[in-house]
Order: sequence, then structure tokens, then C-alpha cells
Amino acid sequence: MTATDLGLPTLGGLDGVPTTEDKQTAKDFTSDQEVRWCPGCGDYAVLAAVRGFLPELGLRRENVVFVSGIGCSSRFPYYLNTYGMHSSHGRAPTVATGLAVTRPDLSVFVVTGDGDALSIGGNHLIHLVRRNVNLTVLLFNNRIYGLTKGQYSPTSEIGKVTKSTPMGSLDQPFNPLSLVLGAEASFVARALDSDRKQLTEVLRAAVAHRGTSFVEIFQDCPIFNDGAFDVIRKGGDDAKQRLVPLRHGEPIRFGLENEHGVVRSEDGFGLRFAPVAEVGENALVVHDATRSDPSLAFALSRMSDQDLTHTVTGIFRTVDRPTYDDGARAQVDEAKATRTADLARLLRGNDTWTVEE
Amino acid sequence: MTASDSAVTDQSGPGNHSTNGVGAPREVITQNRVVIRFAGDSGDGMQLTGDRFTAEAAAFGNDLATLPNYPAEIRAPAGTLPGVSSFQLHFADYDILTPGDRPDVLVAMNPAALKANITDLPHGGVLIANSDEFTKRNLTKVGYDADPLEDGSLAAYQVHSVAMATLARGALEETGLSKKDATRSKNMFALGLLCWMYHRPTEGTERYLREKFARRPDLAEANILAFRAGWNYGETTEAFAVRYEVAAAKLKTGTYRQITGNMALSYGIVAAGQKSGLPVFLGSYPITPASDILHELSKHKQFGITTFQAEDEISGIGSAIGASFGGALGVTTTSGPGICLKAEAAGLAVALELPLLIIDVQRGGPSTGLPTRTEQSDLLQAMFGRNGESPIPIVAPRSPGDCFNAALEATRIAVTYRTPVMLLSDGSLANGSEPWKVPDVDTLPTLEPGFATAPNAPDGSGEFWPYLRDDDTLARPWAIPGTAGLEHRIGGLEKADGKGSISYEPDNHDRMVRLRQAKIDGISVPDIEVDDPDGDAELLVLGWGSTYGPIGAGCRRVRGMGLSIAQAHLRNLNPLPANLGDVLERYRTVLLPEMNLGQLSLLLRGRYLVDIKSYTNVTGMPFKAEEMQDLFVDTLKGDVL
Repeated sequence: MTATDLGLPTLGGLDGVPTTEDKQTAKDFTSDQEVRWCPGCGDYAVLAAVRGFLPELGLRRENVVFVSGIGCSSRFPYYLNTYGMHSSHGRAPTVATGLAVTRPDLSVFVVTGDGDALSIGGNHLIHLVRRNVNLTVLLFNNRIYGLTKGQYSPTSEIGKVTKSTPMGSLDQPFNPLSLVLGAEASFVARALDSDRKQLTEVLRAAVAHRGTSFVEIFQDCPIFNDGAFDVIRKGGDDAKQRLVPLRHGEPIRFGLENEHGVVRSEDGFGLRFAPVAEVGENALVVHDATRSDPSLAFALSRMSDQDLTHTVTGIFRTVDRPTYDDGARAQVDEAKATRTADLARLLRGNDTWTVEE
Repeated sequence: MTASDSAVTDQSGPGNHSTNGVGAPREVITQNRVVIRFAGDSGDGMQLTGDRFTAEAAAFGNDLATLPNYPAEIRAPAGTLPGVSSFQLHFADYDILTPGDRPDVLVAMNPAALKANITDLPHGGVLIANSDEFTKRNLTKVGYDADPLEDGSLAAYQVHSVAMATLARGALEETGLSKKDATRSKNMFALGLLCWMYHRPTEGTERYLREKFARRPDLAEANILAFRAGWNYGETTEAFAVRYEVAAAKLKTGTYRQITGNMALSYGIVAAGQKSGLPVFLGSYPITPASDILHELSKHKQFGITTFQAEDEISGIGSAIGASFGGALGVTTTSGPGICLKAEAAGLAVALELPLLIIDVQRGGPSTGLPTRTEQSDLLQAMFGRNGESPIPIVAPRSPGDCFNAALEATRIAVTYRTPVMLLSDGSLANGSEPWKVPDVDTLPTLEPGFATAPNAPDGSGEFWPYLRDDDTLARPWAIPGTAGLEHRIGGLEKADGKGSISYEPDNHDRMVRLRQAKIDGISVPDIEVDDPDGDAELLVLGWGSTYGPIGAGCRRVRGMGLSIAQAHLRNLNPLPANLGDVLERYRTVLLPEMNLGQLSLLLRGRYLVDIKSYTNVTGMPFKAEEMQDLFVDTLKGDVL
């Protein structure tokens, strides 16, 4: 077997997607379908943020496609006036892969949830990010199955009492960011449904990235997991003590007065939180999302606690590496450029004989 | 030509004496047809040897049919019965229909190959055995107490005991090749000997070996030397008193090539892309016996073909659906176990009403079953193996070469009616080969994708209704992303008739279920043709898929006995040809042989209320012509069933 140098992407995530000069508003991206999420659902906030954000891209609306699986979040495409497909449970990454590979002129989004992406569709998710297909994944994580009415999900805490686990759930939850980093993700970020400003910033970077951009969005399910993220969603002093925002090139600090920070752990293998006053500013880790080695991003992904004592948000990692779809198209283009597409010759092959009258 | 597949050796006259070459003059016997089986260990290169002989027979102009038969294990323990791999080739001077029931010549490279195959060799048949491998150890391994080449137990056969490995090594002495490598060329020695026996040309094989071993010229030369040594062995030793000739077949005029079913299917997909102007996207996960389609299509990217080796069967079909949504010809290839995994996505494609080819190269089941063997047991799965009322058209090719046409037919249906289509090939078609009349590209049918370009709402609102159907075909518009003004959302939830928005309304669901069914039922398919040469037959033998060959051979034999019998073969299994009901009514008895437990019989009995007689045999091997002949004769006599 020989390896081929595929080269690094020199393109942005939206290069090749036709743009428009026409002024667009959120209304242009709003379909005529009545939104049918429960009152108070975090999905409304994400929908509003996406509708508000899409016009700034200046893309032709017909070249934007949202693909989803099954679950509450997967109704998302119906509410946007773009092309969309509500596919089957867990399979949106597969549909989106076929679409993105064959249509470089489309901006493709996958909208999924914790059950859809991490349970039934877990296999597709890891292979999508490893291939680095150029599209953006929005994973709405509410740590519960909502559409099937309240079973624990692969991101629920151990001991979760639900309809299917009256004595408490037994399985260790996934850390979605650690999972995709382990699967070689090239863009990894987290945002809250309630923080529209940060969510929009993350979305902006995600679509600009060429490759699979993975965005986890903490999202509240007011019916089956109400208040699961309240300690970080509601703002205020408590949230400030818990939320650790990442900014590329800046020391990682948080707290009411930014009095806490992230430093290397003594054993050298990870990170820990420490009061800045104790360790000194120079000891703080400066966030570098572009490191090709994923160790820092992975270590940061481990700094969030399931109980939200600390929650790291922002862009963990954004690095350039070859994308599957660009590579697949390059192979087709190379074959077209170097070989003749002569159907008659193909059908004849090399060994023919002729039967005459 | 009215010759039949019946006689074991259809000899016609003693022939002349050959005087060319350096050896003693030999008697040359002309034969109409010969069946040769090469059998050896999985590592002995029997498939390659068979392929090469096939290529020489094809190039010579014989009609032919082949049956590779190998274990699922890549290398079972050497010298054991489970490790035996064989390749059977039937070639003739007339148009034949099957790879032959039993060999006239058996080449056995070791005791295991002999033991596994000798019962198929008719008395008087030729056995050529590689005596080098008949050691005490190898004999014991397969339960021979004494060497059958020496103990007289093979007296009923014409036995040629040849030390092939020793002779091949001797020929390679000068090359400096290791003993191991030299021994490996014994299959080429066997091929050379058979080429001498049957007057096959040798240039093709020599050219082939030079190409195959282009990077190892030493190995190429070694194999060629071994090949020539085999040929010379026949020519110079007195061991073989007779050579045989099988004249070229009198096929229809045209240019021919040899082709396997998987190759023809791949070419059909390439042609479908070219003739529709659609880029082809294949999403596939490796599985026996379908993987060769993935391999083949991945070589032809210059035709605008993208191949995607997916992480699993589901992703294979999911990605193909995504590509179809984007305006490509989405294709997924698999075998039965893969169809199980794709079922949910196939149902999604039914709901989405997008063109999609789902190719099932059937193998023995259930579960992992018999990966390298053949069966027709996925018909009901193809027909009904999804939740809900989920109709999918089904097309089944009848011969290796027919896989090409079947792929074009499946594409026609998929694109015209915006529907997934199931193509049911099987293991024997996939790996079997036959001469194929190369089609004239210009006469292949063209296909017009007919993408939607403008809003279509009948109320003049300027909206686009993705489920507004064509009056004639009931197909919905194929509106691909990038088309301004046609932005729409589709999915697996039930849709409102016309508008396509989500609808849970009871009457709408009933209407949509019936519309989806009516669309498939209304697909235009050609009438079934009946071959009833006497016109007075009372027995109709109906078949589908790869049983066409053995059923046809059986019918020829029965007609050769002076009896009347009619044959009809189904290519379109859903919907069925409009005239099928009338055809079934016309015959007193309808007999339906299938390589399953009667799946098509079940469908037709329910559909037409005709008392079809079902014959089934599920050995993992194709029907034999003799088996069909006996069945037909018995049925005509009213003895059985």
C-alpha cells in the first residue's frame, strides 16, 4: 500500500458555496411550518440563533441544507426555509456525507441530539469526524430522551432515575467532546443554548472551518430534564464560578473576578484549576486551539464535570487537515483529467473475439 | 443448433491425427462440449487457473459458463477437505446454458481435492492428479488408508498421475527461484497441460502473466516456464494418447468478451450514469459476494463515479440517499445480511421517493450462512422486508451478462418513478462468467433525470410542492438543492399529499399509502415471453434469476426426448408483467423451481390463485441440468408433486 499526500486544505468551509448580494434577514430563513417544540424548550433559542446567524453568511438560501436524524432537535430542518432532510434515527451523518461529497456547492449542517448522535448513531459520528467531511454538526445535548418521553441518554449522569431506570441508570455517560477528539475531530466547540452571543461566535467559526465542525450545545428540556443546566444557564455569580470560557491566545481564567485559572497538573499529564493568586499569572495555560497535537484540547475536554461544577465552553480545537470530500472529488477530477471516459472501450475490454456470418 | 446439454461426452467421430509439434502423433477427438474442473487447496491458485483457461476458451470462440466454488475461509488448513477450492468450466461449440453438472475432466492437485470431487466424476472420466501431494501425511489427513492413485480404487477412471510440482521445479532449475516459489507454479504446469490437451492457444496466458507480474519479471518468467513445461509434458511424453478439439461456437454475429456477473453489473452502473448524465455515487461496505462491484467501480472514476467505502451497511445506503437527494445516481451494493441492516434506510428512501439502486448479491442464509455460495432466498425480504406498506420494485438478472441490462433496467425504473429499486443478483451470477455480446453504446437507452426547475403549486401561489405527482407515472418532482425557489424539507414522517408538509391526518395517510403502492404497481414493465416451440405444451416451467440456465438446459433435454414443455422467466418481480396472469392460466401445470423454500410460488399463488407446483432445493449450489430434466420428465408423467 502506498500513502498519498492529500495536502492541507487551503479553502474555508464555505468556499465553493454561491453567495448573494441580496440583503437577507432571519425571516428569509424561516419556513411556513409551525414550530412544535414544547414551551420553554431550549431548541427555540438555538433556532433563533441559527436563523439570526445565517443571513450574515450571505449564502444563497438554496445552497444551504440541514440534515437531521430523529429526536426533538431533529425537527429543526422543518423550521428553516432552506433545503432539508429529516432522515432516520442516528443516520444524518451518513446522508450528509453522501450529499457533501457530491455537492461542494452546498453548505451542509447536521442537527442531532445526544441520543441520536451518541447512542444509535455513535458509529456514524466517529467516522464522520475521522473523515473530516466538510460540514457542521450541531449536537443538542439535553442529557435525556425527550421525544420518546423521558428515558436516560448516553450523556445522563450515573444513577439517573427515569421511566426506564426506576432504580437509577448504571452506565457511565459519554463526554461528547472527549469522544470526538479521540476520533480525530478537527474542530470541536461547546456553547450554551442560553448564550446567544457565544453560540453565534462558535457557529461563525464552525462554518468557516473546512472539515467536520463539531459543536455541542447544552440545551434544556423543560419537560423531562428540567433545569439540568440551570446552574450554568441562568447567569449570575454562580454561573461565573462554574463556566470556563476559552479564548484562543489568552490565558484560561474564570470566576467572578477572573480569580481562577487553569494550570498544568503536577504529574504532567493533565490540567487542574487553581487560584491565580496562588500560582501566579505566568503559570496559567494559554489556550491554543490550533495545536496540531490534540492533547491540550483533550485535557480541556476532561475539565468539565458531569455535575457542572466546572464547564468549559468555547472553541477547544480548530486545526487544518485534509477533508474526505475534497480528496474524493480530487480523485474523480484526476481520473477525468488523465483518463478517457470511453464507455465503448470499457465495455469491450482487452480480450474480444468476433463472430461473423 | 439443436445439441443438448445431455450427454456426458458428446463425441462426434475419431478425428484426424495431429502431426505438428515434436511429440508423437496423437489421435485427436472432436467434442461438442467439455466440462473441466480444477480442484486444489485454497492456496493452489485454482480460481486463477480456471480463469485463465476460461479466457483462452473465450478467445478461441467457444461458448462457455463457469462455476467457481471456494470456501469462505481465505486459507483453511492446507490439505484439508474444508480448504478445497474448485473452478468448473463448461465450454462448447454451441450455445450452452450452465456450467455443467459433472466434470469430464477432473484436475486434482492434492488428495483432499480428489476426495472432495471424485464422486462427481462419471465413470470413464479423465482424472489428472498431482502425485507429488499424495504423500502418506496428506493421505492420512483426509482419511485415505492407501494411495488411491496406486491401490486400484480409481480403476473406473482414466487416471493420469503426474508429478506436477517436481516437473515444474525441474523446469525452473536454471532460474534460481526458491524451491517454495518454484513449487507454487505447479498450477501453471497444470494449466499448460490442459491447454495442450484441448488445443488452446497459449499467447494470451503468457501475456497475462507478464502483465500480472510486471513488477516481478522473475516470477512472470517462472510461471511462463512452468506453463510451457506443462504444455511440453503433454506434447513429448507418451502418457496422453489423445488430444481433444472443441470448435468455436456458432453464436450470433457480433463482438464478444468474457464477463462475470459482478463485472457486468458494474458496467451497467457505469453505463446508467453515462446514459442519464448523472454522476454516480456508490456507498458500500465490503461483503462477499458483492465486494467486487465496489472494487470495479472504484477503478472507473473518470466516468464521474464516486465510490465511498462506508463504516457500515447503513452508512452505505444512507450516503447513497444523501447523494441522490443532491442529484446523483445513488447506488448501494451488498448481500443478504447487508440488506437486513439497510432495511430502515430503504424504507426512508420509499418515503422520500428518491431514485436509488439497492443491489443484493444473494448468498446462502440465514445470518452469515454460506457467504461464498448461492441462493435465491432474499426475494421476500426484498419485497416486504421493511416496516409499513413499503413497496420497492425488484429486478433480477438471469445470467452473468444479463446483469448489465438489469442494472440499466433498474436505473430506468428508479429515475423515472423516483423510487428505490432492488436488484437481486446472486453468488452464482456474480462469480460465474459467460461470453457476452458487447452492446453498441449508441443503442443503449438514454434516460432523462428531469430535475424540477420551477415552482409547481396548482393554486398559483408560486410555492413548490415536493409531493405533487406526475399524472402518468405518479412520480414526484426531483428538486435538488441549489435550485432557487424550490427549497423544501422531506423526511420519514408522513407527508401531506401534494404539499409534502408533515401530516398525521388519517385520510391523508390512507391516501399516501395507496398512492405509493399505486406508483409501484403502475410501473411499466415488459410482458413476459413464453418459449413454447411446439405450441402445445401443457407444462410451463417458470423461473426467475440465475435458474434460467439450468431450467433452459432441462427444457432442451426434455424437448430432445420429443416432449413438449414451455419455459418463461421473470426479470421484473415487482411489479409483475401485466400478462403474467394470462400466461399462468394458459397451462395445465405451472412448475416453479427456486433456490429457496418457495418464495416466488407463495407470492404468485396469493396473487393469481393459481395452483403453482413449487420445486425447491437449497444446497447453496446452482440447479443441475440433469436435476431439471428429471424434474420436468417426472412432472410430465404426473409422478411427483
